[in-house]
Amino acid sequence: MNAKTDRGLKPKHQRLVLVIVALVALVGAGLLAAYALRNQASYFYVPADIAASPPAPGQAIRLGGMVENGSITTAADGVTVEFVVQDGVARVPVTYAGIVPALFVEGSGVVAEGSMGADGTFVADNLLAKHDENYMPRELEGMSTAELREELQESVAGAGE
Amino acid sequence: MHGFANPARFLRIAKWLTAPLLVSGLLLSFGAVAWGLTQVPPDRLMGDTVRILFVHVPAAWLGMGGWSAIAIASLMELVWRHPLAAIAARAAAVPGAAFTALCLITGSIWGRPTWGTWWVWDGRLTSMLVLLFLYFGYIALSSSLAREGQSSRIAAIFGLVGAINIPIINRSVVWWNSLHQPPSITMGESSIDPVFLWPLLIATLGFSLLFGGVVLTRMRAILADMQAEARLRRKALQAEDIVR
Repeated sequence: MNAKTDRGLKPKHQRLVLVIVALVALVGAGLLAAYALRNQASYFYVPADIAASPPAPGQAIRLGGMVENGSITTAADGVTVEFVVQDGVARVPVTYAGIVPALFVEGSGVVAEGSMGADGTFVADNLLAKHDENYMPRELEGMSTAELREELQESVAGAGE
Repeated sequence: MHGFANPARFLRIAKWLTAPLLVSGLLLSFGAVAWGLTQVPPDRLMGDTVRILFVHVPAAWLGMGGWSAIAIASLMELVWRHPLAAIAARAAAVPGAAFTALCLITGSIWGRPTWGTWWVWDGRLTSMLVLLFLYFGYIALSSSLAREGQSSRIAAIFGLVGAINIPIINRSVVWWNSLHQPPSITMGESSIDPVFLWPLLIATLGFSLLFGGVVLTRMRAILADMQAEARLRRKALQAEDIVR
């Protein structure tokens, strides 16, 4: 009889088991590392984080969230803007003096780099606009679903001609 | 899979497949990118900047796909000792690195007008840069092993270990707050308007075909190299015999 197969696993299967065990250990280690990095690897704090554990005034942090609708005001000097960043849980007033990015509009995402002032206002020295995952042509914005469907059918029919 | 283990048989199929893959890949890629650059309306917020999408997204997909191919080939080499697996992994590394670099460059160009910065150290961008460095390491390691005539098993282990970065790249925008937007296409649902989505999907298909064609071409080149080297060695041995 074949002594090799009688004495347990074939070399091929031994290697397979070894690689699977190694991969499980590796993925486990990776997941643990990612879990441990959960807070450190985030690019910015949301207003809820700020409310939960307020950072020391003057400490350099990034604040990210949505620009609250109707909150953008421009000061008399023309370059200082004040607005509110909110995440549905908490809100943080922000002041920034400088040129705002083109995508900085009310209701869209923003990441502000700066620090908390003593009065609870976030003083930003740089603004980054955060794009969301939606991609939509200009003409379709603000249309109802029915209108959208109609428009799309027209464009599809137009492309077929 | 071991049906392709015979290099002669593989070469026959690869030779037949290479040209159609390259040609259809080039046609679809150029067509979809040209469509995206000229025919698609501007985005409501980004304007014309959205057109970079049609190169950036397929490049990112293949940057990650390239390493996934390396990982699968490495697994086949380590467990089943498939004779062509190491060659396939080596062949996928350079185009994978090229697409990763293309993804980082186009992303940076898109980031300047959209976010207001060329680069930030958020989870997605950093893990993608790590992928590029992993590619550089893999290319250096596997080509030096091949040059020294040593076993490619160390490169295969490196390919498997490095694969841990792929799910991290994929999940980075979900696990951590990042400047990069979360995934637009998840589980068959898309928040990309069909006007943008169709050229994007076709460009991705075209880039993938092109990638396949390049990998097959490189595999054939590596095999030809090995054959030529073996022939030279045999001739050298014969010459030695004659001298004796």
